[in-house]
Amino acid sequence: MSSGHHHSHPPQEAHSNHEPDLPFWQKYIFSVDHKVIGVQYTVTALIFLLVGFCLMLLMRWQLAYPGKEIPWIAGWFSERQMLGGIMLPEFYNQLGAMHGTIMIFLGVVPLAVGGFGNYVIPLQIGAPDMAFPKLNMASYWLFLIGGVIMISSFFLPEGAAQSGWTSYPPLSVVAAGGQTTWLVGMLFLIFSSLLGSMNFIVTIVQLRADGLTFFRLPFFVWAQFVTSFLLLLAFPPLQAAAVLQFMDRVFHTSFFLPSGLVVAGKVLEVAGGGNPILWQHLFWFLAHPEVYVLILPAMGICAEVMTCNTRKPLYGYKSMIYSTIFLGFMSFVVWAHHMFLTNMGTKMSTFFQITTMIISIPSVIILTSLILSLWGGSIRFKTPMLFAIAFLPMFAIGGLTGLPLGLTAADIHLHDTYYVIGHFHYIVAPGTLFGLFAGIYHWYPKVTGRKMSEVLGKIHFLGTLIGMNCIFMPMFIMGIAGVSRRLWDPTQYAHAVPTQPLNVFISIAAWCMALGQIPFIINFFGSLIWGKKADDNPWQATTLEWATSTPPPHGNFATPPQVYRGPYEYSVPGQRTDFLPQNVKGDN
Amino acid sequence: MSALIRYISKPHPVSGVTNAKLGIWCFLASELMLFGGLFSAYIVLRGSASEWPHGSAVLNVPLATLNTLILISSSVTMVMSWASLALKNLKKFRFHLSMTILLSLAFLVIKGFEYHSKFEHHHFPSTDNFFGMYFTLTGLHAIHILGGVIVNAYLLFPGSKLYETEPEQFLGRIEAAGLYWHFVDLVWIFLFPVLYLL
Amino acid sequence: MSEHSQEEISKHVRTYISVFAALAALTIITVAISYLHLSTGLAIAVALFVATIKGSLVVAYFMHLISEAKIIRYILILTAIFFLVLLLLPAIGHF
Repeated sequence: MSSGHHHSHPPQEAHSNHEPDLPFWQKYIFSVDHKVIGVQYTVTALIFLLVGFCLMLLMRWQLAYPGKEIPWIAGWFSERQMLGGIMLPEFYNQLGAMHGTIMIFLGVVPLAVGGFGNYVIPLQIGAPDMAFPKLNMASYWLFLIGGVIMISSFFLPEGAAQSGWTSYPPLSVVAAGGQTTWLVGMLFLIFSSLLGSMNFIVTIVQLRADGLTFFRLPFFVWAQFVTSFLLLLAFPPLQAAAVLQFMDRVFHTSFFLPSGLVVAGKVLEVAGGGNPILWQHLFWFLAHPEVYVLILPAMGICAEVMTCNTRKPLYGYKSMIYSTIFLGFMSFVVWAHHMFLTNMGTKMSTFFQITTMIISIPSVIILTSLILSLWGGSIRFKTPMLFAIAFLPMFAIGGLTGLPLGLTAADIHLHDTYYVIGHFHYIVAPGTLFGLFAGIYHWYPKVTGRKMSEVLGKIHFLGTLIGMNCIFMPMFIMGIAGVSRRLWDPTQYAHAVPTQPLNVFISIAAWCMALGQIPFIINFFGSLIWGKKADDNPWQATTLEWATSTPPPHGNFATPPQVYRGPYEYSVPGQRTDFLPQNVKGDN
Repeated sequence: MSALIRYISKPHPVSGVTNAKLGIWCFLASELMLFGGLFSAYIVLRGSASEWPHGSAVLNVPLATLNTLILISSSVTMVMSWASLALKNLKKFRFHLSMTILLSLAFLVIKGFEYHSKFEHHHFPSTDNFFGMYFTLTGLHAIHILGGVIVNAYLLFPGSKLYETEPEQFLGRIEAAGLYWHFVDLVWIFLFPVLYLL
Repeated sequence: MSEHSQEEISKHVRTYISVFAALAALTIITVAISYLHLSTGLAIAVALFVATIKGSLVVAYFMHLISEAKIIRYILILTAIFFLVLLLLPAIGHF
C-alpha cells in the first residue's frame, strides 16, 4: 500500500465478493449492500424531488394567473381538483401541504442522509458495509412505503392533506381524510429515519478503519454523525405528536381541540379541553433540528468538494467540527422562535431570541471557514465546485434573512409572509440542494465508473443559479409588503395586488428553471452510457472512498485499509504529488 | 459478508461495546424521547385542564398493582435468562425466557380485562383527556410489550439456532432484547403512578 | 461486560433477586401511600420519588448501566438533557 495505490486493482478475494451467488432481486432490489441502498435512496429521492417540484409548478400557475384556466393539462385532473380547468382552493392547499412534505421528508433528507450518507460514509471510514445491513434495507423500504402512502393520498376521494406541511391543529384535526393518510405516512418515515440514524451512529463509532481517529474523519462524516443524533433524538417527539393527532382524528380524543370549538357555525361535539399549541411545541421540537438535518450534510459535501478542487486543506477543520457539535446541541433549544406569535411570555421569548442569535455564531464559523478554504487555492472550476462555491452566498443570504425572523419585533411583521418562504427556501433550495448537486457531480464517477458531462453540468448550474434567485429574491419584497404565505388568490387582497406582477415573474422563472433541469436529467442517465470512463481516483482526492476500485466491489475494500493521516493533506510542501491519500504511509 | 463487519460479537477495543449494544442503546435513547414527548403532553393537558379525575377513582388500582408486579417479575426472569446463558446453562436459559414470555402475555391479558371493563362503563378515549391519555399511553406501552413478546419468542425458538454457531453473538442478542425489555418495564414504572395513583 | 466469570455472574444473580425484592416492596409502598390521600403536590412528589428509585434500580442493575462503557453513558446524558428540555416545554406558556 505505497505510492500508486490508486491505480492498482488487487485481485478480488473470493470470500469478500458474494455477488455471483445472489439472484438479481437480492442484488439490486432487496439488497443489503450499503452502496445499492444508497443508490436506491438517491434515485427514489430525486424522483420525489421532481414530483414535489412539479406540484409547485402547478401552484405557480394559480398564483400568477388566479382564476384562469390552466392550459394543456387541465384534462388530467378530476373535478375535485379543478373545475373547468380552474384550480379549486382545496386542491391548491393540497399542493402546498404536499410540496413541503415531499420536498423535506421524501426528497432532501432521504437524498442527503439516506443517499449520500449510505453510499459515502462506509467508504470514507474504510468499513465493508453499515453495521446493520438488514436494518439498512428495512429503513429504505419503510421510507418507500411511507412515500408511496403520502403520494397515493392524491388519488383518494378526499384528496391529500391540506393543512400545510406543519399540520397545525385544530384545522388539521377537523380537515378532510387526507390528513390521516399523511399521519400514517409520517409514522413510516419517522421509523425509517430512526433505524437509519441508529445505524449511522453505530457504523461511525464502531467500524472506522485502523488509524482513522475521530479527528482524522472527513468533515462530511462528522456532519452526518451530528445529523444522525439530531434525527435520533428530535424525531421521536414528532412521532408522539403524530400519534396524538392520529388519536384525535380516528378515536376522537381532544388532545389538540379546545373546548367550545366552532366549526362551520356549529360547536364541535368533542370532549374538548385540549391544547392546539401543544402540537406546535412538539412539531417544532423536531422541525427546528430538522433544518440542521437539511443543511449539515450539504455543508459536509461542500467541504469535501472544495478541498479537493482548491487543492488545499480545509481551513479550521477542528473549529468546524466543534461548531457543528455546538450547532447540533443548540438546535434543540431554539424551537419556540417559530412560535413568537402564540402569546408566550416575554421572558420565554427573550430566552429563545437569545438562543437564536447564539446559534447563528457556529453557522457563521462554518461558512467563514469554507470561504477561507478558497483563499490562495488553485481552484478547478468543475461543475461540482461551481455548485459548492454557489452554496456559500446562497446559504449566507438564507442565514442572514433569518435573523430578523428570530427577533420578535421584526417577526411580528414578517411572520407567515412570503419573506419566510424566501428565507427558508434560500437555505434549503439554492443552499442544501446546491450542496447535494455538488455531491452528485462529485461522487457520480465513483458510483458508476463514468464522469458526468461538464458542458451539460455547467448549463444546469447556470440555469439553476439564475432560476433560484429569480424565484426567491422577489419573495422578500412581497413578504415585506405583507403578502401572507398561503393565499389561493392573492388578487383578492388589496395589499397584495401591487406585488402581483412579481408573482407572474416568479412563476415564469420557475417554469424556466424547470427547463434548466432537463440537462441534468439527460446528464444523469445519459452519462451512464456515453460518459467518459473514470479511473479509481479521477479527482486526485485524499479520502478513503477514492482508495478502492471504481465502482467499489461488494465489501468495499479488498484488504481493510490502514489510515496514516488526516483527511485533507493537499499540496503538502516537498511532496511529489499535490495530494497525500489517507491510506498512504510516509512520503509520496 | 457478516464475517467482514467487525465487533459483532466482540466489543470494540476503544468504545468497549459491541455493535448491537450501542445500537440498542441508541434505539432506547430515541424511545426515551418518544415517551418524553407523551409525558410532556400529559403535563400540558393536565396543567390546563379544569378538572382531572384522580386515577384511583376511575381505574382499577389492585389490578394495575398486580400487573406491575408481573412486569417486574418478567424483568427479573429476563435478566436471569441472560445470566443462565452466560453461564452456558441452556436449560435454565430456556426456562427463564419462556417465563418472561408467559408473564408478558399475562400482563396483556390483564390489560385486556381492564380495557374491557372500561368500555363496559362507557369510558372511551373520546370521553375526556384523562381517558384519552390513559388509552394512548397504555396502548402504546402494550404495543411495546407485544413487540417484546415477538422478539423474545423469536429468540427462544428459531433465533436460538445462532447459539450453535455464534454463541457470543447470540448472548449479545439476548442482552439487547433484555435491555429493551427492561426499558418497557421502566416506562411502566412511571406510567403506573402517573395514571393510577395521582 | 464482555468477560463474565462464573463467580461474577453468580454474584449478579444474587443482586437481581435483592433488586426484585426491593422493586416489589416499593410498588406496595407507593400504592399504600396513595391510600393516605396526601395533598396533590406532596402526592406527586412522593410518587415520582419512589418511581425514580425503582427506575434507577432497573437501569443500574438489570440494564447494567452501573458497569457500562463510557460512550453509552455519554449518549444517555445527552438524551437526558434533551428529555428535560422537552419536559420543561409546558413551562414556556407561563413565563
